[in-house]
Amino acid sequence: MNQAINTHAIIAIYKFEMARTLRTVWQSIVSPVISTSLYFVVFGAAIGSRITEIEGIPYGAFIVPGLIMLMLLTQSTMNASFGIYFPRFTGTIYELLSAPVSSFEIACGFVGAAATKSIILGLIILATSWLFVPMQIAHPFWMLGFLVLTAITFSLFGFIIGIWADGFEQLQIIPLLIITPLTFLGGTFYSTHVLPPFWQTVTLFNPVVYLISGFRWAFFEVSDVSPWVSLAMTLLFMVMCVVTIWWIFKSGYRLKK
Amino acid sequence: MPSIISINGLSKTYASGFQALKTINLDIKRGEIFALLGPNGAGKTTLIGIICGIVNASTGTVQVDGHDIIDDYRAARSLIGLVPQELTTDAFETVWDTVSFSRGLFGKPKNPAYIEKILKELSLWDKKDNKILTLSGGMKRRVLIAKALSHEPQVLFLDEPTAGVDVELRKDMWQVVRNLRDAGVTIILTTHYIEEAEDMADRIGVISKGEIILVENKVELMRKLGKKQLTLHLQKPLDAVPAELAAHKLELADNGNELVFTYDTSAERTGVTALLSDLARLEIRFRDLQTTQSSLEDIFIGLVHNSAGAAA
Repeated sequence: MNQAINTHAIIAIYKFEMARTLRTVWQSIVSPVISTSLYFVVFGAAIGSRITEIEGIPYGAFIVPGLIMLMLLTQSTMNASFGIYFPRFTGTIYELLSAPVSSFEIACGFVGAAATKSIILGLIILATSWLFVPMQIAHPFWMLGFLVLTAITFSLFGFIIGIWADGFEQLQIIPLLIITPLTFLGGTFYSTHVLPPFWQTVTLFNPVVYLISGFRWAFFEVSDVSPWVSLAMTLLFMVMCVVTIWWIFKSGYRLKK
Repeated sequence: MPSIISINGLSKTYASGFQALKTINLDIKRGEIFALLGPNGAGKTTLIGIICGIVNASTGTVQVDGHDIIDDYRAARSLIGLVPQELTTDAFETVWDTVSFSRGLFGKPKNPAYIEKILKELSLWDKKDNKILTLSGGMKRRVLIAKALSHEPQVLFLDEPTAGVDVELRKDMWQVVRNLRDAGVTIILTTHYIEEAEDMADRIGVISKGEIILVENKVELMRKLGKKQLTLHLQKPLDAVPAELAAHKLELADNGNELVFTYDTSAERTGVTALLSDLARLEIRFRDLQTTQSSLEDIFIGLVHNSAGAAA
């Protein structure tokens, strides 16, 4: 074998991970769709009857991009972190470490599969929302772009957590204690413009604000910050994750003794 | 014979400060079966881990067929198959899927016919669609071997392959190993069953406290270190070895009922004839006699004990 990319390995890892998703279809696809629908019913119908619209958008439709992001972030992180943590837990990681694969190829396989699953999930939730409210997508390519970029970025982030975690508790802590709160506070259910000025400034330190804002702009051309800023922030976070992963494999952190 | 693995100045100190390997220099010859023996914690698994890329070395280099394991890791690792000591398998995948996965991981294109051949050789063919978690321990061990062989490696590491495996399976497994050797695959194995090493290996290396204390051709080793003992069961017990027999370096055993004579079978004169004629002259009669030859196990225990004594 030469120095070229080991595509067989990327495909093998990707297929292995996708097979795992299919085996756990209830947990990985059906349950997020159901919980999103519940959010939709509770927030959209109950609160939507009081708040009819935000920035000219019907409330039910306004929360759709936020809900998709909420699922995209938590599911990408959890799926990718579990994907790499499990071989560490069972010990089968020995095979990945002893194989002629680069860190890039390993990450491609795991992150690619986790991102694929999140994207499928995001599209299913989008389709489901059509059952509840009429939707419009002003910029389909930007919408898809944000969807794919966010899925990849947070799968990379999840991959890092899966390597960092030393137990199932740590594995759950980041999605539950950091990502979910940041998403709820990042404008999933409201526009940050409704906040007092001080809290608007604080919100700008929440990276999720940029993701939701950009994604919502792609639907309704309404945003808290410029879509270009959103895009730049997403890419910045992605680059940070890639560098971290590169360092992890270079140093063998938590992988090699 | 050219070496396929060449280890130079390799050492490993873990983050805890524990020095698992001192300075290791070792060459593995192409096509041989090399048995690495050593007590628990001697550094066998660490050494294998470094060669395979699972453990980072502290110093030193390893080359596999001329490829450095760090700078040229793709070429080096694609030549190696590893069967780990622990039964670390996936649970929900089928046997077929997990073996095919390994082949892909090592960069080889699909080859169902080859996978079928391996599974049949390892008597796994009728289990190919079973999930791994439904298999017995011995079957899981076979799955690990099948995975290690899936990419047609030139070098196979077997780390305690027969631990917890029943006799029948063990025989099959060694047959597979012999077939591989006949096909030109180099095999490095560690085992606690020293008789297996005695049976299988071409060369033996003994590792103790992170140091290779001996590397020797097995036959040579048995000859060099293989001592024979002649035990004479006396008709009348002796209180002490008679002074006239001092030259034979005899020992008394069983309350003076036995005389034990240790000799070297490879020496030109073993001294047996001289001893027997001296005994006849002194009119020391014996009821029975028996000879025993030291096994590799005795040699091994002797070596490790000596090195432990020297270190202390």
